[in-house]
Amino acid sequence: MAGTIAGQDRRKAFMLLSPAYLWLTVAVFLPLSAMAYFSFLSEVPFDGRDWHFTIANYRAFFETGTYATLLWKSLKLGLVVTAVSVVIGFPCAYVLAKVVKGRAREALFLLVILPFWSNSLVRIFSWAIVLRGNGVLDRAVNAVLPWDVKLNLMFSPTAIVIGLVHSYLPYVILTSYLALQAIDDSLIEAARSLGAKRRTILWRLILPLAAPGIIAGAVLIFVPVVGSFMEPRLLGGRLGTYYGTVIEDQFVAVFNWPLGAALSFILLAVVLAILAAASPVLKRAAT
Amino acid sequence: MSNRFLAHLGRAYLGLILFFLYAPILVMAAMSLNASEFYQLPFKFSGEWYDRLWNNREILAAAGRSIWIAVVVTVLATTLGTAASIALYRHDFPGKRILQALLFPPIAIPWLITGTAMLIFFFGIGIGRGTPAVIIGHVALALPYVIVVVSARLASFDRVLEEAARSLGASAWQVTRAVTVPWILPGIIAGGLFAFAVSFDQFVVSYFLSEPGDTTLPVLIYTSIRKGFTPEINAISTIIIAVSMGLMLLAARFTKFGGDR
Repeated sequence: MAGTIAGQDRRKAFMLLSPAYLWLTVAVFLPLSAMAYFSFLSEVPFDGRDWHFTIANYRAFFETGTYATLLWKSLKLGLVVTAVSVVIGFPCAYVLAKVVKGRAREALFLLVILPFWSNSLVRIFSWAIVLRGNGVLDRAVNAVLPWDVKLNLMFSPTAIVIGLVHSYLPYVILTSYLALQAIDDSLIEAARSLGAKRRTILWRLILPLAAPGIIAGAVLIFVPVVGSFMEPRLLGGRLGTYYGTVIEDQFVAVFNWPLGAALSFILLAVVLAILAAASPVLKRAAT
Repeated sequence: MSNRFLAHLGRAYLGLILFFLYAPILVMAAMSLNASEFYQLPFKFSGEWYDRLWNNREILAAAGRSIWIAVVVTVLATTLGTAASIALYRHDFPGKRILQALLFPPIAIPWLITGTAMLIFFFGIGIGRGTPAVIIGHVALALPYVIVVVSARLASFDRVLEEAARSLGASAWQVTRAVTVPWILPGIIAGGLFAFAVSFDQFVVSYFLSEPGDTTLPVLIYTSIRKGFTPEINAISTIIIAVSMGLMLLAARFTKFGGDR
């Protein structure tokens, strides 16, 4: 193509692309930069208040230990929720991809990922109703078991894990399903006809081939769980103080925005490190 | 163990997962029709909470606000996203891969971080809290989804069709309007439904950006739950879940959801 046509081409592409990317710049990339700037301020610079540059907000994180402990608590929560989701979700994806056939599969698949696109806040709220003492779960368990049990999971770490697994389970089912579907059935047939045991096929063939999908799902779960605050608040009660809820407090209760910005930025660094570490696998899973 | 037995076991397991996913939602829906204010069993049918909901000005106002914000977001995100997708499909230029990679931060970064960053920035430049801020934020969150869905549809579009129309004398704009857009319309509709859902269900970003007393529905629900919940919240929550699931079923009709059809 001649230079002028290429130039015209580029102008058209620019005109079509710039509104979308301008929007993303104003609403996402500039705010993230502003947050980085804010995290080094001593005071919110509005209403003519005195402020100066400081690293005190970051020192608060590294010196007091409170915030680091909470970040660690959130990371552990992320690990537990991710592990439970993978262990529960992978077999489900396997049944969908390799056992169920035809139209039934389509319908079931849709049913499994449908809740993922519905309101997460409302789904957490629904668990609050199920789990509360003398609630539905309590009644159901007591109706089945002959002896009397007091089951009050509400406002416990278990409740938070149940709610989060419920929220994010469809992610890992979706990504594992896509990876499993790409495995040719004849490969499994071949291994079987050569005398491989079921367990060998699972560990040496299916799991390695599905690994990118599983890892992609795990990352997609881990990242938002580490930054969660609504779920611990609603299901954890007084025990529900996590790294995310502390950030929330800085913005809506304590109004220490610079500290909140610094804490958010540290979380962003952790998240980006995880995404970067997983990016080769994520790229493979996307193709 | 025979294969058939294992297959049955697998199906039973799948049923168990579906039970886990849907049971709490169904319980919530049932409780919205239960007469007891404190979720007492045994169940006694009553439509009282829906009646009360109908007379609750605050909830209705928030619902109305949520819907019109979602409509505005859908129009903006779908228009901008479709234009960007067409450009990414038609043109090759240096930096294209970077532009595509830039779509992922809004999806991948936890909304807590994006939401608080928007709050800081919008205050800094004078937009502050409120509906305009919420709309700006929602469009940014919805855009990447629209671009991904529309691009997926464009991938199955045959470029020869555009070239044929061009060689028959159609202008670039005519080609876009009469050839390209009709072909990718299912993708645009699906993208629009996703955008609507992203906005309508969005809690975290709205929470930080909306003005107290002038909030969206999810934010109102969150603050009400923290004050102590009532079956009215069950009723509105049940309606929300039904609406968003209905929307997604509709979107599934217009897009391949990873299934093999």
